[in-house]
Amino acid sequence: MWWSSLFESMRPSDFFNFSFFPKYGTAFIRGIEYTLLLAIVSVLLAVIPALLLALMRLSKNKPIKWLAGAYIAVFRSTPMLVQLSIIYYGLFYAISLPRITLFGFVDISRFIPGVVALALNSSAYVAEIFRAGILAVDQGQTEAARSLGLSRWQSMRLVVLPQAIKNVLPALANEVVTMVKESSICSVLGMAEMMFAAKTIAGSTGISLAPYTMAALVYFCINYPASKAIEAIERRMRRGDKQ
Amino acid sequence: MVTSNNVLISVQHLVKEYNHGTVHALNDCNLEIKKGEVVAIIGPSGSGKSTLLRSLNLLEQPTSGEIFFDGVDLASKSVDIDLHRQKMGMVFQHFNLFPHKTVLQNITMAPVTLKKKTPEQAKERAMALLERIGLADKANEYPNMLSGGQKQRIAIVRALAMDPEVMLFDEPTSALDPEMVGEVLDLMRDLAREGMTMAVVTHEMGFAREVADRVVFMADGKILEEGAPAELFDQPKDPRLQDFLSKVL
Repeated sequence: MWWSSLFESMRPSDFFNFSFFPKYGTAFIRGIEYTLLLAIVSVLLAVIPALLLALMRLSKNKPIKWLAGAYIAVFRSTPMLVQLSIIYYGLFYAISLPRITLFGFVDISRFIPGVVALALNSSAYVAEIFRAGILAVDQGQTEAARSLGLSRWQSMRLVVLPQAIKNVLPALANEVVTMVKESSICSVLGMAEMMFAAKTIAGSTGISLAPYTMAALVYFCINYPASKAIEAIERRMRRGDKQ
Repeated sequence: MVTSNNVLISVQHLVKEYNHGTVHALNDCNLEIKKGEVVAIIGPSGSGKSTLLRSLNLLEQPTSGEIFFDGVDLASKSVDIDLHRQKMGMVFQHFNLFPHKTVLQNITMAPVTLKKKTPEQAKERAMALLERIGLADKANEYPNMLSGGQKQRIAIVRALAMDPEVMLFDEPTSALDPEMVGEVLDLMRDLAREGMTMAVVTHEMGFAREVADRVVFMADGKILEEGAPAELFDQPKDPRLQDFLSKVL
């Protein structure tokens, strides 16, 4: 092909030596898919525990409040890689998972520990997002609901949470963007996401740099437009509230 | 004027302290509200009148004292306050309509959730109430499409939908543009005329004078003077009240 000549003078250390792509493109694309799957599934899994943690933190019961605070503190103050290793070698050493492969490239026995670790980590951050969202709902809303005779929980469920969740949707989407990046750490444990694909390609082709350049480009092309879109939606939501 | 001696709410030695007793929002307040009576609470800002009103349904937890409603001491820890709040409607300065619900849903949510009415009954009642205030055509709109006066009238109707025994108004016209104050006061006047028991914290002296059976003047967390409006406005005895009236009238 006409462009093959472009690669002939490339050295393995060149930034844009993408000559591996014709042969390894599929593996790379699967890596992208794996990354997106990890990020989206882990944030979705994090939502319910995060909501629970946020409500616990806002509880008047001291031990419950403390427990949620401790969980959030631990997960926000230790490195993701350490959490992942402990969960993978500890928790999932005890629980043995079947070696089933989904969609032809997602190995369950590796994917589940990864997703659980990311979700546990993410729930600590999402809990803080929810807590801020709940606190941002005007106190008058709770007062109006309580004055009608609704219980604390009914007011929370029917009046405060629907407004809080709407307010935190952009922040939640941003958490997915964060997870797209953070999930690269799963490559260490052999999960076949994008970073792992890049590493594998670098190893088997001897092209030491360009697979990573490509990974960086793809991460950027996913996250930058996504965060810009979220910003735009946020701006529009804010304008809608002012009316 | 009220002739019956039926006391609906009786507040005794109510004290509310903030910051471990360094601030006294309420200092030994005593107040009785009879069935069908309209009591206006006036006073300078920071005098504790909103705190007193909000104590009546325990939106403010008093530090000490008793609040008897239908003979039950609400301030007692063993009382299920949610049950009693159902009988005490409250209207706020900033309306506090639920922005994520339509006007109709705002009104029907509490009666349906608390199983006081079936969804059909609640809807029927809500539509009748909206009809009454001339806003039936707004039933399916969201609050952000309404004017302040409309919002406040719907907030009143939302409280009425629970068929309360008393309505508490916390400066219901203070956040309104001047041209919308009238429509809200008109509705409140109608309610008073129908015999609704009302406690109204207000800066509208004209309304207090015309509609209230009794006016209560507060300053520094204390009730300094109370009496019939004519008496209180025309022959104020307390120097603080004299000073206050000279500034607002």
